[in-house]
Amino acid sequence: MNEETTGHTLKAFDDDLNRLRALISQMGGLAEHAIREAIRCLQTRDLDAAKEVIANDAKLDALEIETEKRAIQVIALRAPMAGDLRDVVAALKISAVVERIGDYAKNIAKRIPKLEASRDIEPLSLMPEMARIATEMVHDVLNAFVERDAEAAMRVYERDQAVDDFYNSIFRTLLTHMMENQHNIGQAAHLLFIAKNIERVGDHATNIAEMVYYAATGEHLPDRIAKVEEGEADN
Amino acid sequence: MNDITTTKAEKVDTAPDPLPVAEVDQGRKPKMRAQHVNVFYGEKQAINDVSINIFDDKVTAFIGPSGCGKSTFLRTLNRMNDTIPSARVTGHIELDGEDIHAPAMDVVQLRARVGMVFQKPNPFPKSIYENIAYGPRIHGLTSSKSEMDQIVESSLRRAGLWDEVKDRLDESGTALSGGQQQRLCIARAIAVDPEVILMDEPCSALDPIATAKIEELIHELRGRYAIAIVTHNMQQAARVSQRTAFFHLGELVEYGKTSEIFTNPKAKRTQDYITGRYG
Ligand SMILES: Nc1ncnc2c1ncn2[C@@H]1O[C@H](COP(=O)(O)OP(=O)(O)O)[C@@H](O)[C@H]1O
Ligand SMILES: [Mg+2]
Repeated sequence: MNEETTGHTLKAFDDDLNRLRALISQMGGLAEHAIREAIRCLQTRDLDAAKEVIANDAKLDALEIETEKRAIQVIALRAPMAGDLRDVVAALKISAVVERIGDYAKNIAKRIPKLEASRDIEPLSLMPEMARIATEMVHDVLNAFVERDAEAAMRVYERDQAVDDFYNSIFRTLLTHMMENQHNIGQAAHLLFIAKNIERVGDHATNIAEMVYYAATGEHLPDRIAKVEEGEADN
Repeated sequence: MNDITTTKAEKVDTAPDPLPVAEVDQGRKPKMRAQHVNVFYGEKQAINDVSINIFDDKVTAFIGPSGCGKSTFLRTLNRMNDTIPSARVTGHIELDGEDIHAPAMDVVQLRARVGMVFQKPNPFPKSIYENIAYGPRIHGLTSSKSEMDQIVESSLRRAGLWDEVKDRLDESGTALSGGQQQRLCIARAIAVDPEVILMDEPCSALDPIATAKIEELIHELRGRYAIAIVTHNMQQAARVSQRTAFFHLGELVEYGKTSEIFTNPKAKRTQDYITGRYG
């Protein structure tokens, strides 16, 4: 799937594009780590580490600004075309989405002190697995971007259903808890928001998958899938 | 391979023959239609089986690496290759459905209908007025001085040059700046009321401001004339054209909407060229 059989005649152009990809990778690593840490803190009630998750979000914000600056420079100085242009625009959009994913981690971390340690309720045990799938999606889709791998992006796209299923199951359980005992409502509401945040991470990974697919192929993924479903796809 | 994973990203070297029209132009009546055109210089083949339609409401850009045959192909459209002794053209070319190689076709008339602007501005060493008046006079387009004055003025206006030269129509055309000379040449082409204007790298000798003026002029002229422009400047092709044809080694590799050629070309050779990975 890699279109770049050869580098640019102008080597510095390759360096610029590689630098953009590296920035996205770096942002992805930070965002994945932030989500995983936030969930670990939730499990272990590690309030100090939760504070760190919150503080670390500033790094992602800074990297997003750096990515934007470099992407604009590449557009202005190199006038990228076709696949290169799609890549640069994708980097610009993806960095904004990854920054949002970081915000979700921060949001989860902020809720941890508000949860009462003594009042564990069941869906908590599902969260790590749900978060694991969502962060894996983020990891894989950003790898797909760096590798310009449209197939890998599509596989991530298809995995979002698992995260949604987790969310629906957690939602129903929490609702039951709330109805059974109104003392649980505060606790359950926080957990519900946390589950929702993880679900949004999955959605964002899916959006990135669409961006990666378009950057790599020039075709929109939903159009592609619709075509296959109508049996019109060329083999 | 699972068909959902067979992405169109795989650009193949031997892409199917490009359509002679962009997909969106299917079924539209072309201004000019070239079918299976070959051009030889002596033994050497410079154009290989090129079929392409161009439309009167579109600017069509011909791009490709130096020596790929852009100028040679452009010259087939008004039989300018006839003036090159070693050149031999085969294939079929129509203007409004009329065979331009038909015995009844008057070449001088053809070149008035399909005008040409060259890379280096080439005004006659005569007055600005005479540069414009020459064509209409030999084609017998006017019967009086006042009519000629009108043609000179309207041609210069359409070429965006009138305000700059109206007070010095008697001065030599060669005394103008490069950009003005090129607009004078465009005015000269316009003066004989052409239907198609061919431009061969019209800005390559001009500075960026003169270039921008020519590009703006091309934009203004679009709709009134079918325009085909050869350019080695891809940004220029992207700026001025609605259709782009990519030539490589005498072949038409890909032809389509400019917006698609520059964002999502189908052929690998096109992609490599426009992204700067060629050669
Ligand atoms: N008058 C000529 N005599 C012989 N060969 C020519 C002549 N004009 C062009 N060629 C050859 O034909 C090929 C295409 O040239 P040309 O149409 O000028 O390409 P382009 O405009 O794309 O740079 C080149 O190999 C060139 O050397
Ligand atoms: Mg040329």
